[in-house]
Amino acid sequence: MCIKRVPDTETRIKIAADGRSIDESGVKFVLNPYDEYAVEEALRRKEAVGSGEVVVIALGSDAAQETIRTALAMGADRGVLLKTDQRVHDPLVIARALVAELEGGGHDLILFGKLAIDDSSHAIGPMVAELLGLPCVSAVARLAVSDGKGTAEREVEGGVEVVEFPLPAVLTADKGLNEPRYPALKGIMAAKKKPLEVKPVSVEVGGLEVLELVLPPERKPGRIVGEGPEAVPALIQALRTEAKVL
Amino acid sequence: MAGVLAILEQRDGVLKKVSYEVVTAARSLADRLGTGVDAIGIGPMALDATGATKFGADEVVILADDRARLYQPHLYVRAVLERAKTKDYRAVLLSATALGRDLGPRLAARLGCPLAADVTEIVADEGIVVARPVYAGKAVYRLKVTAPRCVISIRPNSLTPVEQPRTATLQHAVIGLDREGPVARTAAMKAPAEAKLDVAEAPIVVSGGRGLKDPANFKLLEELARALGPAAVGASRAVVDAGWRAHGDQVGQTGKTVSPSLYFAIGISGAIQHLAGMRTAKVIVAINKDKDAPIFKVADYGIVGDLFEILPRLTQEIEKVKAGA
Repeated sequence: MCIKRVPDTETRIKIAADGRSIDESGVKFVLNPYDEYAVEEALRRKEAVGSGEVVVIALGSDAAQETIRTALAMGADRGVLLKTDQRVHDPLVIARALVAELEGGGHDLILFGKLAIDDSSHAIGPMVAELLGLPCVSAVARLAVSDGKGTAEREVEGGVEVVEFPLPAVLTADKGLNEPRYPALKGIMAAKKKPLEVKPVSVEVGGLEVLELVLPPERKPGRIVGEGPEAVPALIQALRTEAKVL
Repeated sequence: MAGVLAILEQRDGVLKKVSYEVVTAARSLADRLGTGVDAIGIGPMALDATGATKFGADEVVILADDRARLYQPHLYVRAVLERAKTKDYRAVLLSATALGRDLGPRLAARLGCPLAADVTEIVADEGIVVARPVYAGKAVYRLKVTAPRCVISIRPNSLTPVEQPRTATLQHAVIGLDREGPVARTAAMKAPAEAKLDVAEAPIVVSGGRGLKDPANFKLLEELARALGPAAVGASRAVVDAGWRAHGDQVGQTGKTVSPSLYFAIGISGAIQHLAGMRTAKVIVAINKDKDAPIFKVADYGIVGDLFEILPRLTQEIEKVKAGA
């Protein structure tokens, strides 16, 4: 299970003074929502088999320990923080750091969220799979695993792909895969005692350099064309003659 | 460094519109870098990839095999890597569709280069600079590619395909179909009973939120979408979480980011995470009973009132316009 700490979806983004990152003051950070599905799936696998270990790995600063504890509170067994304070923008650098930790781990399934809602690269899962030479299905919305193999469904434009794969494999979780559990108080208490190993890592700079982070251009102010159904002709008129989209 | 490679996407042997977007982007990048565009099309025997030449490819490589009718990641990876061995491409471009989001990172990992995912703009100035919306569009990175090569996925609908015909050479190649070791194979593609346009690809999106009050009322949106012509029905997170609509229809930070030419937000108040998913639409229309709803701040045109009174009239008027046009 590889997870990430990200700003909550309701966060209003402000640009930091350096012009290249977000101002994190007052920002609430959470476990990446797609990673919750991955954690839940890992826990369900373990429960179904009746044995095994669920390991949570995150790459990031010390603050990510809290995020790992969230996954431990849901029921994961132990955590590993690959600690670096460097901001990385090249996903391959992150994938390589994770691979160094995952290699030789003997995992049956390596799960990710399909994307992190902050940088939305949807890249790390498939990259890790290619680097490890493992089969991979990304954006899995339905999953069945038994006897060392699995069938996954992923939603694509205009349909659903049904993908068959042998274990071990890398999967990335889409919304709808399951209903993630909330950590119970008991779980939160237990999580505090679960092992969390902090391993400092040095990461490469990578091949992408941030020139700037800017807010998107404001939309031109619009207007209320009217109230109730009587306003419909005015709307149609505006869409035809001003916006020219009808 | 030689050339830009554009990866084409097909369905049932026909190139998708996103393929032309990718070739258009590749052409414009190649022109600024002073190099050429190769396109690679992978698909069934019936694959017709000649359209790529219309949008500026200098050379089109076609790998047609019925075993590649559906997206098979290992075949695509292998085909592109073999091609990339013969030419050291400066950039490999593809669309950030379900296929591209899976294939792009695989290629970057195997080529050992950075991936700039889901970009909305490529600027070649000194080197390659891309614009990447992050935090679901709440901010935009301008990133410089400092590596000698890169993979770039381009958000669908973020640029308009431009025809610039070339007398390109078409070259048929053979895919090496075996790969050592275990792989994931796409066994089937389940199409919905009724062919449905995806919200991320549709030129017009009609989205509904909690204001619709009941899942059955989405038929009002379906009717409006039908009247508008090719259009998809989207949904806010609230109604997807309530189980009224499929997650595939969700527009917003934990759903899809859409850039249609026309977007209707109906009965949607406009939470930040929803606005993030649709703020790049060219024209936004909002219908809401609350005149202070945040959605009106981003909408180009708004109507305040009861959507159950407004929608039937709107559908009717649009049908009239379409009939007259």
